[in-house]
Amino acid sequence: MSKEILGTTWTVYDADTLTQAEIYGKVLTDLGKSNPNIVALTADLAKSTKIGKFQDEFPERFFNVGIAEQNLFGVAAGMAKSGLLPVVSTMAAFASMRAAEQVRTDICYQNLNVKIIATHAGLSFGSAGSTHHCTEDLSIMRAFPNMTVIVPADGIETANAVRAAIEYDGPVYIRIGRGFEPTYYENEDYGFEIGKAVKLREGTDITIIATGIGVLQAAEAADFLKENDDISVEVINMHTIKPIDREAIIAAVKNSRRILTIEEHNTFGGLGSAVAEVIVESGVSCAFEKVGIPDEFSIVGYPEDLYSHYKLDANGIIDKVRELMGKDFEEDDNWDDEV
Amino acid sequence: MPLSDSELKSLKEKAAKLRNDIVDVTFWAGGAHIGGAMSMVDIITILYNKFMKFDSSNPDLEDRDRFVLSKGHTGVGLAPLLAEKGFFDKETLKTFNQFNSPFGMHLDSLKVRGLDASTGSLGHGMPISLGMALAARVKGLNYKTYCLIGDGEMNEGSNWEAIMAAAHYKVTSLIPIVDFNKRMIDGEVKDIMSIDPLADKWKAFGFDVIEINGHDFNQLNDAIEKANAAVDRPVVIIANTIKGKGIDFMEDQTKWHYGSIDSTVVEKAKASIAANS
Repeated sequence: MSKEILGTTWTVYDADTLTQAEIYGKVLTDLGKSNPNIVALTADLAKSTKIGKFQDEFPERFFNVGIAEQNLFGVAAGMAKSGLLPVVSTMAAFASMRAAEQVRTDICYQNLNVKIIATHAGLSFGSAGSTHHCTEDLSIMRAFPNMTVIVPADGIETANAVRAAIEYDGPVYIRIGRGFEPTYYENEDYGFEIGKAVKLREGTDITIIATGIGVLQAAEAADFLKENDDISVEVINMHTIKPIDREAIIAAVKNSRRILTIEEHNTFGGLGSAVAEVIVESGVSCAFEKVGIPDEFSIVGYPEDLYSHYKLDANGIIDKVRELMGKDFEEDDNWDDEV
Repeated sequence: MPLSDSELKSLKEKAAKLRNDIVDVTFWAGGAHIGGAMSMVDIITILYNKFMKFDSSNPDLEDRDRFVLSKGHTGVGLAPLLAEKGFFDKETLKTFNQFNSPFGMHLDSLKVRGLDASTGSLGHGMPISLGMALAARVKGLNYKTYCLIGDGEMNEGSNWEAIMAAAHYKVTSLIPIVDFNKRMIDGEVKDIMSIDPLADKWKAFGFDVIEINGHDFNQLNDAIEKANAAVDRPVVIIANTIKGKGIDFMEDQTKWHYGSIDSTVVEKAKASIAANS
């Protein structure tokens, strides 16, 4: 397990990892060269969100509106309504809650071409506490009609998501951490497509559907379980929460009949809920459990400690898989022995 | 340039017609924010008939002037004007408020041709208008963005965020106009949540202020011309208006913030409009 190494990358300045984090800023700057309509906006978080890279290249197309998130998203709506392609970056807590109504009413209601890159999502700003954690945004954003919701697994997938979002016409919410997270992908060439889940491991005993930072952890857990427990774990990267890949979910249920979802979010309303909706509507039953933050205001700590606490790291996922494997799911009438 | 006598006469006639149309639409709709619609009639009449460039056969024209009705609840006042300007047939307004109509109390820009922004939730118009004005700057276009703000919604913090930013960016192509009719749903603005001294607040945020009688076309004309000529500091027009203006029994009556009218009231209202114009 690489847990110690992950901890080091978080707490110690790591130049290589930081470069990964800045990939999306570079991608955006590249896209800005070919598309003069792209403008970038933030609310006093140009440095923290990495969108400042765009500012260096295109100062006249960069707007820092100060600490005023309602205005930030209203301005973006007005710009999009006038033919620009605004990319707005601020912390997820403020994008999804402080300015929720502007995102819903100004942007989604008018189906405007605004891309939101919401940083510091989940528990990634661990020591900052619940004011700066964001474990509600997936639930909020997926209830807004016209909104597409993407949770990239790492910096490389963020680059893919930003590229795809720019090509897509309509509002998109891309949810990322602080950019210090370890990466799963080694390059961008794995066929990223909005709304299309990516299968990372084949397996037949259980399927882990993970999103965001959970993806790398799920893959590591799967490899460990195969080697040590002889459990065959299928791993799916569900990078798009809305529109969710229904076919991939139903195929996984039919394949393994055991589903475990992993998300850095309240277990109410996010990935787990979205997957559960698909499963119940499909009429195919299975053993099912959600791993996330259990409807509480998350505690303070370094992110890797919080991931461990909430069983979002590989060790936690391994425990959860073993637990779920111990439960029966049968297609008989005896409900007492089932999950 | 001052209005000519014929321009003034024409604007007065158009305003009276719009007031009559609003009475009709309020009747068809079963009820509407008629008081605040009447207070803004003269402002939007001169904007759409004298100042704004647009093409009703091409509502998406890139360098058209924009109008954002931040006080979106008075869509009943804007919709008949858009019809009059040729964006759609006035007859379609007979569906106002009805099942699946394109027209509801707060107008939807994806359903109402010629409407530049969906509004309704207060405090949203200024940020959206600022975005439109900044887009003109980025794209190198010369259009103007007019934003009509209700006085009650000057309570909203989001408006002040945008006002601060507009002055910071020196966005003179954005011209906010406050329809200062002194009344909100629950009573007089000064009693519910005072915005006084309104002009000083705007000045402190970096705007030049022109205060006028918002029912005097000559004053409106001068003020909008001056605002259009602004160079460094953006200009706000504070238009002192009368809620329910033009219909004597509705004027300055908080209870006519929202009202339903029957055919008898329609006739009385139209008689009053005729007598006042």
